Amino acid sequence: MKRFTLGKAFVPVVSIITLIYLLLPIMYVIAFSFNEKRGRNNISWRGFSLENWQNPCGAPQVCEAFGNSILVGVVATIAATVLGTMIAIALVRYKFKGRSTVSLLLFTPMATPEVVLGAGLAAQFLLAGVEKGIGTIILAHTMFCISYVVVAVKARVASLNPAIEEAGRDLYASPAQVFWRITLPMLTPGIIGAALLSFALSFDDFIITNFNSGTATTFPKFIYISAMKGVPAQANVLASMVFIAALLMVIFFQIININRKKRLARV
Amino acid sequence: MAFTAFSANTKVADQAPRKRGWIALLLLAPGIAYMLLFFVTPFIQLAITSLQAPAESGGIGQYVAAVQFSNYWVAIQEYWPQLLRSFVYAVIATVVGLILSYPLAYLLGVTLRNRAMLQGILLILVVAPFFISLLLRTLAWKSILPNEFIGTDGAVIFGLIYNFIPFMVLPMFASLQALDLRLVEAGSDLYASPVTVFRKVTLPLSLPGVVSGTLLSFIPMSGDYVVASRSFLGSTDTAMVGNVIESNFLQTQNYPMAAALSILLMVIILVIVATYVRKSGAEDLL
Repeated sequence: MKRFTLGKAFVPVVSIITLIYLLLPIMYVIAFSFNEKRGRNNISWRGFSLENWQNPCGAPQVCEAFGNSILVGVVATIAATVLGTMIAIALVRYKFKGRSTVSLLLFTPMATPEVVLGAGLAAQFLLAGVEKGIGTIILAHTMFCISYVVVAVKARVASLNPAIEEAGRDLYASPAQVFWRITLPMLTPGIIGAALLSFALSFDDFIITNFNSGTATTFPKFIYISAMKGVPAQANVLASMVFIAALLMVIFFQIININRKKRLARV
Repeated sequence: MAFTAFSANTKVADQAPRKRGWIALLLLAPGIAYMLLFFVTPFIQLAITSLQAPAESGGIGQYVAAVQFSNYWVAIQEYWPQLLRSFVYAVIATVVGLILSYPLAYLLGVTLRNRAMLQGILLILVVAPFFISLLLRTLAWKSILPNEFIGTDGAVIFGLIYNFIPFMVLPMFASLQALDLRLVEAGSDLYASPVTVFRKVTLPLSLPGVVSGTLLSFIPMSGDYVVASRSFLGSTDTAMVGNVIESNFLQTQNYPMAAALSILLMVIILVIVATYVRKSGAEDLL
């Protein structure tokens, strides 16, 4: 196996450097959520304190922005997951004219810089005389999330074995029964993955939001605005909470996955 | 499509196409209508806006429909340094990012292929940045990096590379994990040096991942304006095209200028991406 190494030391050394590069700012953000509160900004270390964690809404507007981000993320995720899953099933399971055009339409938003998507939507809302706010943020987020949901769910639909649904039909299940009792449950892991991805993308989006939010504030926009005068430590606390929750969720799914593989191996 | 390389390992089962076209239509209609309304028409509105002329009244943010192609000429004359800078930054950051990301993708996909536990842990570390606010992480660099470095070209490029490493690693990992090691072995059995094996076997076979990863990074990098903004890692000397689109649209309300710059950005990206994909011989990926 030795021959497979790509310059023996090169790969691990560069990998470690890259991992440190990736992880250092995360540790910094979490560490500074424990910074003692004195003065306005949260730039220099003043000592360990749990004060910010005991009072995560202690800074003005931070929790309001955080709540808005959750609201936008949940609504956009639900809408994008439903619409995107329907498209993914149609794309894999049905042959129809213009299928490649539909694929192109769904792929292009991922290959368009956010600033162009954001400015385009803002120009549209402006010309249509729509007042920007939470509603326009949700409309914008749903749009770009649909593309990612389609990609994620499409892979799952394509990997399904049609013989299982065939078996259902052979046993006189109606098309609706086949869909609700067989197809959908088998797609669930892919759909959950797509929904989590959507939520993550929506929750952390800043550029498109900034163009279409008017006076409404989301969590990333709050950070952007406060960046000039100093971001309060409470923002670090809330971001760290999200980080820990997401990490636990990923580990949980990972363990379920490993257990399932083990079970299948035993059978 | 380049982006489906994320799922390079899924084998497409031969799924008999169904005939009932109306079901397909029913499934597609709502989502496609949504995309037409919120993705396609905004482009048209952007094009319309980019040709507008100032209103007679001369108020700030007041424009009327017109066909003023000179807006583009003014945009180029006024903002060519920012346009050029965006692409120079994005190219450098993509190349350096690739050099940093490929070894990590190789470690995950090849070296650790049979060590599920370690591979799983490292993969979680690679996606971990997605779980914590990008803006806070960029601000963290502002505090970590030396003060004299902030606001330079180097700092902005550093921040751009940082933001897009996971987007490079993941598609390359998918390609490298699907790489058939017997081909690598065959190469070295035929007395090819490790460098030759890498150049002639490993790299070409992982090309789909390299192309996806670089595109997934290059495109958003060239339109980014957070890293280069003054309150993050940039200064007025590092403004990218995204920064001037933002300030024209949201601050000075010069909508036609912002729209013209957006269209220019999109056109330049399309030209660069098309050339790159053709040169890298990865056309069939798209």
